[in-house]
Amino acid sequence: MATFRQSVELTIPALRRYARALTRDADIADDLVQDTLVRALRSEHLFLGGDVRSWMYTILTNLNRNRLRSLARRPAMSSIEDNDAPDASSPESGARDIERALASLVEDQRHALLLVVLEGLSYREVADVQGVPIGTVMSRLARARAQIKSFLDGERPTLRRVK
Amino acid sequence: MIDRELPVTEDELHAFVDGELPDDRKEAVSAWLAAHPDKAALIAAWRAQADSIRARYGAVVNEPVPERLQLEQIIKNDITSGRGRSWPAMAAAAALVAFIAGGSVGWFARAATSPSPGVLDTFTAEALDAYKLYVVEVRHPVEVPGSELAHMKQWLSKRIGYDLNIPDLSSMGLKLIGGRLLPGPAGAAAFYMYEGPSGERFTIYCAKAGAPETALHFKSAEQFASFTWVDDKIGYVVSGPADRERLEAVTKMVYEQVDKGEPKKG
Repeated sequence: MATFRQSVELTIPALRRYARALTRDADIADDLVQDTLVRALRSEHLFLGGDVRSWMYTILTNLNRNRLRSLARRPAMSSIEDNDAPDASSPESGARDIERALASLVEDQRHALLLVVLEGLSYREVADVQGVPIGTVMSRLARARAQIKSFLDGERPTLRRVK
Repeated sequence: MIDRELPVTEDELHAFVDGELPDDRKEAVSAWLAAHPDKAALIAAWRAQADSIRARYGAVVNEPVPERLQLEQIIKNDITSGRGRSWPAMAAAAALVAFIAGGSVGWFARAATSPSPGVLDTFTAEALDAYKLYVVEVRHPVEVPGSELAHMKQWLSKRIGYDLNIPDLSSMGLKLIGGRLLPGPAGAAAFYMYEGPSGERFTIYCAKAGAPETALHFKSAEQFASFTWVDDKIGYVVSGPADRERLEAVTKMVYEQVDKGEPKKG
């Protein structure tokens, strides 16, 4: 049987992936993972069994929410590039578009969508991580998908399907 | 098939994409989609979104883990920074259950006494401002760390002019980070911060209040909530994440501990 620390260690690559998609910045993402690991190790004796992975996602999700609340009080800064329309001619435009589409989501919706499609958690697990009923997870997911779709459709009129 | 005739909800379409539908329903939804090309296109769009997200971020798991994220390193840094420590585990959980079972009648009966909203509103607003300001602090959330409990109790009691009890919430998994002195509605206010295993933070704000005693008031915003009451001319506000059940449990514990203090100077 794996020890607590081994179980925590196994989650690190996936936590980095989740954090990278949440923050869209490699350094901020790793800071978040680092804080998550520090907290998990300090709280080892409070972990009463269950799924270490879900618990790690819970900590990271909470820390990210705290981080954003503190950012919200600072003057908003966005690079000029962010305000440009997606550049469909660039080879990486697909990757950049999805980044911007994710950035346009409300935080709770971004958490829900990424936990499901990127991290492969079940609706039940996401509900536990977010501390809300499954119905709330599903409505966040639905809103996230609708928002991304309208973001991508709206910003890229050339690709809009004509019926 | 009868199932084919059942209306398919949008929730089911999401569950279909995410592999959360039971097998028997999967076939029905597939068949239904064949007859509804607009919804099939929607599903294709959702799948394309998921594919783009995975294409963009999926490879992060294959990157080597940087040194600063290796557990050895994390443990070493945590100890050198002097922040590594442990606190008592869930030893008193049974006592809390007993309190809730036996003591809740008296606790809620208090809520029926006459309220004094003006005083409480100001009080709660000040406390929530403090909560919002300090709860996001990573490096300096408090002035005096929880490890200097005796000193903090003495200092804050002197400044508030009242023998304060700083509650121990470790049986609920909440560790005292520490406290600070703040300007209150009428003089100084004491502010304590606690942290749970997932990084969630709760605060207690207390100061002399203009009313002798009031009912318990609940106030909630989207992200956080608080309970406020005045007892023996001292107002208390317990604030935390907007999970009412948990906040109520924390508040009960705070209430019980500040109430059974030593003889008070008033």
